[in-house]
Amino acid sequence: MEKSIVICTICPIGCSMEVIEDRSSDSGYLVKGNSCNRGIDYAIAEVTNPTRILTSTVRLNNAGLRRLPVRTDKPVPKNLMLACMKVINSVEVDTPIEIGTVIIENILSTGANVIASRTV
Amino acid sequence: MYECDIAVIGGGPAGLAAAIEAKKHGAGKVLLIDRDIELGGILQQCVHNGFGLHIFREELTGTEYAERFIKELKDLGIEYKLDTMVLSITQEKVISMVNKTEGIVNIRARAVILAMGCRERTRGALNIPGTRPSGIFTAGTAQRFINKEGYMVGRNVVILGSGDIGMIMARRLTLEGARVRVVAEALPYPGGLVRNVVQCLNDFDIPLLLNHTIVDIKGKDRIEGVIIAEVDENRKPIDGRARYYECDTLLLSVGLIPENELSKGIGVKLDPVTGGPVVNESMETTVKGIFACGNVVHVHDIVDYVTEESRKAGRSAALFVNEKGGEWGTPISTRPGNGIRYIVPHLIREDKVGHSVDLFMRVDKIFTDKKLVVKSGDTVIRVIKKAYMRPGEMERISIAADSLKAADNLPLTVDVE
Amino acid sequence: MAYGVIGVDWCGFILSEFLVPETSYCCIMIQQDICFQYKTLERGVAVTTAIDSNAVVEQIDKYHTAIRCYKGTNMRRIEMYDIAVIGAGISGCSIARELSKYNVRILLIEKNSDVADGTTKANSAIVHAGYDAKPGTLKARFNAPGAMMYEKLCSELDVPYKKTGSLVLAFSPEEMKTIHKLFEQGISNGVPDMEIIGKDEVHEIDANLSDEVVGALYARNAGIVSPWELAIALAENAVENGVELLLDSEVTGIEKMNGFYRLHMKDKSAEARFVINCAGLYSDKINEMVAAPSFKILPRRGQYNVFDKSLGDFVKTVVFQCPSDVGKGVLISPTVHGNIFIGPDAEDIEDRESVQTTMEGISFIWEASARSAKGLKPNAVITAFAGIRARSSTDDFVIGKSKDAKGFINVAGIESPGLSAAPAIAVYVADIVKELMGQPEVNAGFNPVRRKVIRFAELSEEDKNELIKQNPRYGRIICRCEGVTEGEIVDAIHRKVGARSLDGVKKRVRPGSGRCQGGFCGPRVMEILARELGIDIKDVVKNSPKSYILAGETKDNSLYEDVHDVGRDCNV
Repeated sequence: MEKSIVICTICPIGCSMEVIEDRSSDSGYLVKGNSCNRGIDYAIAEVTNPTRILTSTVRLNNAGLRRLPVRTDKPVPKNLMLACMKVINSVEVDTPIEIGTVIIENILSTGANVIASRTV
Repeated sequence: MYECDIAVIGGGPAGLAAAIEAKKHGAGKVLLIDRDIELGGILQQCVHNGFGLHIFREELTGTEYAERFIKELKDLGIEYKLDTMVLSITQEKVISMVNKTEGIVNIRARAVILAMGCRERTRGALNIPGTRPSGIFTAGTAQRFINKEGYMVGRNVVILGSGDIGMIMARRLTLEGARVRVVAEALPYPGGLVRNVVQCLNDFDIPLLLNHTIVDIKGKDRIEGVIIAEVDENRKPIDGRARYYECDTLLLSVGLIPENELSKGIGVKLDPVTGGPVVNESMETTVKGIFACGNVVHVHDIVDYVTEESRKAGRSAALFVNEKGGEWGTPISTRPGNGIRYIVPHLIREDKVGHSVDLFMRVDKIFTDKKLVVKSGDTVIRVIKKAYMRPGEMERISIAADSLKAADNLPLTVDVE
Repeated sequence: MAYGVIGVDWCGFILSEFLVPETSYCCIMIQQDICFQYKTLERGVAVTTAIDSNAVVEQIDKYHTAIRCYKGTNMRRIEMYDIAVIGAGISGCSIARELSKYNVRILLIEKNSDVADGTTKANSAIVHAGYDAKPGTLKARFNAPGAMMYEKLCSELDVPYKKTGSLVLAFSPEEMKTIHKLFEQGISNGVPDMEIIGKDEVHEIDANLSDEVVGALYARNAGIVSPWELAIALAENAVENGVELLLDSEVTGIEKMNGFYRLHMKDKSAEARFVINCAGLYSDKINEMVAAPSFKILPRRGQYNVFDKSLGDFVKTVVFQCPSDVGKGVLISPTVHGNIFIGPDAEDIEDRESVQTTMEGISFIWEASARSAKGLKPNAVITAFAGIRARSSTDDFVIGKSKDAKGFINVAGIESPGLSAAPAIAVYVADIVKELMGQPEVNAGFNPVRRKVIRFAELSEEDKNELIKQNPRYGRIICRCEGVTEGEIVDAIHRKVGARSLDGVKKRVRPGSGRCQGGFCGPRVMEILARELGIDIKDVVKNSPKSYILAGETKDNSLYEDVHDVGRDCNV
């Protein structure tokens, strides 16, 4: 039986939860150690498909600021973060840039765009 | 002399929210002054997300959060001066400032809002032993170099202190290809938010050593390594429990200090625990017409609370200049009891409270399954059950105006029971 | 001019072997890659004529045109000076400036990247009145006269100096005896304005001092100064008056020639008729390059804590305790910049570079200083530092002509009260040199006054506005804690002996010395340094060439790699 430990980030308590594979339950997992029900969904997501919003910067030309802050508009799989970084690192943009402008479309086919997180 | 209704000192999240709210509540001429070359303060170097969940119900980056306020400030036509350093403020609210284009400018304001934020605690303040090489940065300085200027501060990094900025920088550095070896924290619990422990450290297998501190720094020119030792409950290194870590960079995330040099100059009373001004329910300091909000008052855990507090200060300042602020009278004082480090506000004027007043506080250690008990004298006003409380996160208790009326002007205490 | 030698660094032969004394030389340095271009030449010199200097000259004459044309080839004359001063600390800078009053050619050589980078930048910064030293010692001879020269010197050079007076506290009748002894000593050393005072008078002077005090020696002539600013100002004034300064130039060997010395540095050489050894912690090693060992430097470290300016008036005078065998004890003192410090301890160490602070050292100065006054709080500390005293095994200054080496003068073992004595030592040493040189002419163009340093924070509002109108950079405050403007930083960079590093700027105009320790202003100062020096910001250093601050750029895909190392066990 596969077991994982997940620390919950929903609230400050930070429950340390045990997630065990359980074919008999609807979700396919049994969660132990949670203080509330919100923890269950979080824990299962962390075990099945952990994702994160990736925030970073890209090279920016012709501005006083040398880097433009960017982020993904949707969470991307956690294990692709470094791979996404390598793509982000190879991009250069010129001013002017509006906040929300798509800088990289559908990065690594994750379905997430990398967008500018400020106006320059 | 140039005059304005309200002068706001600092253009970070606190100053922006206070200026906007003051204008919206009928203040005439509002002037915001900042020392940096752009508005937004530290938010402009916070490229990470997690801002705005309370205020906007969405998760924004620091830069996005700032941009919303900056846009609103500009839309309201609020005047601001950048690259301008405030040198002093008098009790008569004459503000002396200097910049390249105007030289020294003195402005008389009818109300002043202090929103200077905080600065980072340094190696010097901790008295960390060792040599004094290059490569030692406070986490915020490193954040500025990396996020705004695009320079790496190092490749092989040790971080002391588990404050939020330190953990966020651990992730940023890792994502940029540096190697973060370890985060050492002298206390038995992390200083920052749980979310950051998980998403900034655990996600990248960066070890967090609790009960550990740096006892020596090595290196003549550039830092070459640190000795990290386990500490006992009195934070004294334990013999034989030390390890040498080679590194080319040390980041410090060991606390923030409210920046109150100007406040001291005015003569407002400071709380020795928070390091910030003593304020009342309207965020007014002990000098009439001088308000304060945000990290200059006490260091907040999340920016949304800074915004809320600053809006209150902005509103109060607008009321004050429109002569609706009212006299001081005899306020009720708040007193931190067992397990509580401080409470903001320090003073409450019952008739100015409106429906309710929020008390912000921090506990002094981790508590599980306890109650926060608010009392006026021996009368219990409010009890809140808390499954979990930790110093890294602010606690907030709302007190209804009615229960204050019953309180009979006795000091309000809060205890962990 | 005859061409003397070709240095082919990877052939490994020593340049000087080919030099013929009493001739002017040109040294052609050839780098490794260039040697490949001139293989024949290299073989010719290194193999066939290595011992025959005339042949070398011939070879070079034959090829030098070609070599000179080669891009990157560096031709340099070995310069001959009247006087070489080794070490640009307080002693070396004082002496170089004193000698610049005469028509002599002086070279001031410093191994570090800035002047005042050794003991001069890390000491108690006290101008002692002069009662400590035993009568008859050189310390006693130079301290009081040196201290009395400070007022004029610091006013000429525009250096912060304050005559605060000092107290030596006694906590028992036993210690009062020491106080009386110090008073007597002061009298024989020529110290003016001393008084033995009682407890009440002590508290009138400094109310925060301990109630246990029974009395004190009060010396009104003691003061405080900024030692590194003084050394920088002396060096600047010396250079203005014709002294040449070489930084980043460690003297690695000295050759006695016929009537002069040849000083070897890493990538250059210089010659001088007289050499003055002001090499501080390394003065014994320099001495031993030309003479038999006659003293040893026994490094003794001292640690300090500096407090926030909000405690600036905690004490107004320099507060000592009764001296012990290892030093003048731990003191509490104001600084000229408005801080308070405590320290130093005294710890004998092996390594002369070991300027680290330790937990033991810092706890010791806290315990010891608490005896003089309680009420200093650890959370008001803004920084700690350690300095190393260049103590001589002879337990006194070593000043004078070397017995073994004609024209070689030692100014060594300059520990406390070396700072106080420096102006007097400089005059004394200058007299020795002048006599050796047969009384050189006075430098008619000598100007003792250094161009004033603008300290923006100290100006009137009117003057501030006038200044900003002339130069808007004075309207931009870079360092909030110390109130330092961009204009002041730019001036510190462009002055003679200007700042070239972050610490260089900090030493001259103080950004980064305040409570935030450069957290806010550091990146801005780096930008200014890069712009004014015309270098990339990544090449801005903290102090030494290897003390880089930035490690490349972000967005560098070559950085990603997977390594794992969990440290190794060691002892605390």
